Amino acid sequence: MSTATAKRTYAVLAEFEGTAGLLKAAEQVRDKGYRKFDCHSPFPIHGMDAAMGLKRSAVGYIAGICAFLGGAFALWLQWWTSAVDYPLVISGKPLFSYQAFVIVTFGVTVLGGALGAFFSMLIINRLPQLFHGIFYSPNFGKFSDDGFFVSIEAEDPQFDEKETAAFLESIGGKNVEVVTGK
Amino acid sequence: MTADSKTYKLIEKGRLGIIALVVGVVGLAASALGWVSEPERFYHAFLTAFVFWTSIALGGLFFTMMHHLTGARWSVVVRRICENLMMQLPWLFLAFIPVYFGIHDLYHWSHTEAVAADHALQGKAAYLNVGFFTIRTVAYFAIWSILAVLLYRVSLKQDAGHKPEHLKSMRKISAIGMLLFAATITLSGWDWLMSLEPHWFSTVFGVYLFSGSFLNAVAVVTGVCLYLRKEDALRNTFTLEHFHDLGKLMLAFTIFWGYIGFAQYFLIWYGNLPEETFWYTARWEGSWKIVSLVLLFGHFALPFVILLFRNVKRSLPIMGFLGIWFLVMHWLDYYWLIYPTFTEQGASIGGLEIAAVLGLGGIFIWQLWRRIGSSPVVPVGDPELDNSINFVNN
Repeated sequence: MSTATAKRTYAVLAEFEGTAGLLKAAEQVRDKGYRKFDCHSPFPIHGMDAAMGLKRSAVGYIAGICAFLGGAFALWLQWWTSAVDYPLVISGKPLFSYQAFVIVTFGVTVLGGALGAFFSMLIINRLPQLFHGIFYSPNFGKFSDDGFFVSIEAEDPQFDEKETAAFLESIGGKNVEVVTGK
Repeated sequence: MTADSKTYKLIEKGRLGIIALVVGVVGLAASALGWVSEPERFYHAFLTAFVFWTSIALGGLFFTMMHHLTGARWSVVVRRICENLMMQLPWLFLAFIPVYFGIHDLYHWSHTEAVAADHALQGKAAYLNVGFFTIRTVAYFAIWSILAVLLYRVSLKQDAGHKPEHLKSMRKISAIGMLLFAATITLSGWDWLMSLEPHWFSTVFGVYLFSGSFLNAVAVVTGVCLYLRKEDALRNTFTLEHFHDLGKLMLAFTIFWGYIGFAQYFLIWYGNLPEETFWYTARWEGSWKIVSLVLLFGHFALPFVILLFRNVKRSLPIMGFLGIWFLVMHWLDYYWLIYPTFTEQGASIGGLEIAAVLGLGGIFIWQLWRRIGSSPVVPVGDPELDNSINFVNN
């Protein structure tokens, strides 16, 4: 454990053995009742969402609502421009020729869905985030190479420097470390 | 009904086959009575039933070939069901025989005196004549049957013990087969359905038919899996995950059907040429307008919105309902393609239409069920079978 020269404690970090070890650790941390914790691995791991007890993301629903709003807006805009604000008869067809508006409506529906998915994903993930306290750990860089880590954040209501560290050690965590920084 | 969990063979096949056979025989007998009293209407009804069930078998052929070409893993468990579907193609040729005898009642271009009086039809006479029409239909069924039998034979050989050559040769057959499939489903659609109105033409017509046929092959595969589950056979083989994926395919091809249907309509609407638009105006008059709207909402809009939800695709009762729903809509689609040419007084679905589709359908289901019972329900030799059974959606 690093010495407490800095003021603030961010998290407790522990390293585990491979994907199977990390999955098992995630389940145990989840079952212990921790909520503000994260798993770090060099690549995505199948079944991690369930092991961490994560709920399904709301991105799909937000994207669906944005898609609907985009389509409604596009249809309204075409109606307003071609039938209300600047009525112009084109090839003898009715001013509100909804058939011709389907394509733009479809296009803007897709655009609405895509923008909704992209931005709601960023917001829900709290991105972009340039710095996180966990970066203070000298060991943490391994997560992008061959390290499998569990971090339990200090904001978790159950967090207690000593107890949490002891718990992570008891479920097989190596290099258990209280991450502190400015 | 029970299935051996080691060999995946049905030990006891249940009563579905015999029920289907009875429905088939009764339906066909009722259609034959209809033929005696209203021969013309019988031919319309039987053509509808014939293209309906043929399209579903063709969807099975496409599903099988697509599976081999993409090297998909999740769909290994349903591959044999698709193969059983495509193996209905050889005998479905017999269902063309009544259509052959009805050519003069169905196809305006088959009357030489009508062609002689019509400049446009004279230009098409080299293609649209009874002799060539029949030869082409024989050729379609020959191509489909050869593809189906070749793929099926390798697949059964693989059951006895997998060798890498098996997958390789199925992939090769599928590569050539896919090209032949694209050409034959387009041409057969033009011949059987589009030429009912010999002055009308649409180049996307074949794709339109394909979209519906694959969608409904997926619906039938879903139905077979659900039936096996309901009868408590192979419950751990066809899992929720597979139904979820079949639901995704249903959603995709609901969208695709709407997309192609709109593409066809849109260009004709925009171009506004009388030689094309009359086909749609006939379907927007009187009660045909209702059928058109039922198709727009029932075949596209409603299932599209419903299938967007993950919980729907993972709910077996809703999936079963949607499977039947799509089959009804698919039949209505063909009814909508065929009947407006003949009926002047608007849409009216009577006993003869229902007898024809259920009659041929009974024979279809009876044959399909016999085929399903004749070999393991899943391709036991496929090296990816375990991966497919244990497949999980993320």
